[in-house]
Amino acid sequence: MKPFLEVKNLNVSFPTEDGNVNASQDISFDVALGETLAIVGESGSGKSVSNLAIMGLHNPARTIISGQAILNLETGPVDVITAPAETVRRLRGKAMAMIFQDPMSSLHPYYSIGDQISEAWRLYNEGNKKDGLKKATEMLDLVGIPDAARRVNEYPHQFSGGMRQRVMIAMALVNNPQLLIADEPTTALDVTVQSQILQLLRDMQKEFNMAVILITHDLGVVAEVADRVNVMYAGKIVEQAKVDEIYYRSLQPYTMGLLQSIPRVDQIDGHRLKTIPGQPPSLIGLPAGCSFRARCEFASHVAGDLCATVAPALEEKASKHLTRCHLTSAQLADLNTSDVRGGNN
Amino acid sequence: MLKFVSRRLAYTFAVLVLVSIVVFIIFNFLPIDPARLTCGKSCFPALIEANRHRLGLDVPWWEQWWRFIHGLFAGRSYAEGSAAIVCGAPSFGYSFNQHSCVTTLIGQAFPVTFSLAVGSFILWMILGISLGVLAARFKGRMPDRIATVFVLVGTSLPTFISGLLILLFVVLKFNLINPIEMGQWMSPFTNPWGYFKEFIFPCITLALAYAATYTRFTRSNVIETSSEDFIRTAKAKGLSSGVILRKHTLRAALSPILTIAGLDFAGLLGGAIITEQIFNLPGLGRLSIKAVLTDYDLPVILSTTLLAAAFVVIANLVVDIAYAFIDPRVRVA
Repeated sequence: MKPFLEVKNLNVSFPTEDGNVNASQDISFDVALGETLAIVGESGSGKSVSNLAIMGLHNPARTIISGQAILNLETGPVDVITAPAETVRRLRGKAMAMIFQDPMSSLHPYYSIGDQISEAWRLYNEGNKKDGLKKATEMLDLVGIPDAARRVNEYPHQFSGGMRQRVMIAMALVNNPQLLIADEPTTALDVTVQSQILQLLRDMQKEFNMAVILITHDLGVVAEVADRVNVMYAGKIVEQAKVDEIYYRSLQPYTMGLLQSIPRVDQIDGHRLKTIPGQPPSLIGLPAGCSFRARCEFASHVAGDLCATVAPALEEKASKHLTRCHLTSAQLADLNTSDVRGGNN
Repeated sequence: MLKFVSRRLAYTFAVLVLVSIVVFIIFNFLPIDPARLTCGKSCFPALIEANRHRLGLDVPWWEQWWRFIHGLFAGRSYAEGSAAIVCGAPSFGYSFNQHSCVTTLIGQAFPVTFSLAVGSFILWMILGISLGVLAARFKGRMPDRIATVFVLVGTSLPTFISGLLILLFVVLKFNLINPIEMGQWMSPFTNPWGYFKEFIFPCITLALAYAATYTRFTRSNVIETSSEDFIRTAKAKGLSSGVILRKHTLRAALSPILTIAGLDFAGLLGGAIITEQIFNLPGLGRLSIKAVLTDYDLPVILSTTLLAAAFVVIANLVVDIAYAFIDPRVRVA
């Protein structure tokens, strides 16, 4: 059976006066029902941009999108990139739903929670306002909002951040979507609330058997919930593998750098936390070669300074483990077992 | 809610009392003697003093103020015997220049000003908001450019220019109104067509100036709201762009406009001096400007000032209460 979502060679760029901003380039991945794919990377690495393109939420007048994003629906495959806008709109909220980073500003301040959830439900279901509110109450109950029958009539400002994110999840799931894109759903929340929301997402995924794309820059979150991981850098996927592969057998200098820059409680005192030097490059007119070369400590290991001239392709260097690096698989595996992981594990 | 309203009512009342006191003080300190103006060349001190007494200007200002307030609720009478004049409650005093109770004068002028205010309000709200929404929707394209030109023209043309232009090149050129009929109050009930003809042009004149401001305000509010996160959420739900605009964007974008709309409308109820002057409309604006410039007619000045202030503070109150219904965040527990 085909995975629910297949993204092939997706490019998103924004024309500006200074040139095209190539926000995400040559993105290919797939997600199956019941599976969680995490997309990690720093701000501006193209995580959100590619997923907003799948949802069709970019302003078409200011965005150039190419490639394919195929939803394998029961009724047949639909490429949401080339499909007419109206077709994609009828898939939003029904086949694919999205929740956003900031639950404080993502709900309409003038409408009650119940109205907003019921609006989403009534868009795809026959029923009057009363049925909608009943459904909304059920959903609020499902996402763990206590006293749902009363709170359904309250307004967003009467909810805390975590509760609002639960409301957003309830609203996204009200039409049983097969794909849920969660764009940094926990970033704006307290740490204790974060884990509750992640747990909720996991429960909901089981309940609805959804494909989930979790966009985050928090590697801790990834380790907790993801099945597979895409690591993105400067608009490209630089590593794609199962979560354990990424954490224990990464084949990508950038990912290794990220993992080493996580502070650890078991680190010996006085140990200096490693950082990745430098800044991500501007996405306008990226130079030839590897985008990470300037910050990569292993660029010199590649013969003939290939990193400066030729952009590495995303290749399978271990079983189902894709990486974008000129280093050989043996070299990469070697880096992994040596001291780069800080001597742990 | 009840507590909120009663607190605001008390505040409104206090503002009105304060305004009336200030007007009395200012009037008292002006270097003009209204009693002296009551008789012409043949004046002699005894007559002036007698008139001063008749006008009630021989007592200190606070007592004059108190008589005025008292008259508002209990009515007021001037002079004695066969010359006695009685102005029943609510009495705003008696205008010795126009030989009439001020309440009567206001009663005649208010329907004119009210018609002008309501007519232009409806026109400018429809024109301003629809043009603003169009401009925002087609940002940078033709409708937006047309709106920009309209805003520029509307804000830079003062009503005494646009009013005169309309009067000269539309109304008089095409003989739309008989100039002799201009300035007469036409009842909308007995002569609806005459009423319409009399008011449509002054309403357009006023509406043009206001509509320009409202176009600009609506445009920027709609554009700003469109980039809010909750609009993205509405899109992600799968709502059509029409529903998003009507239900989500406009609801949030137009609420602040309500505030200024209420105040602008109330401001007009106090009288549109220039427009009334140009189109010869006997409204509150004309009444007050005449009282100030030619007659030095304290009761009229006082009453029109108080009335204008009352409209503004009451509009403020109404807007605040209405806002609580529109924006749940303002609803106080």
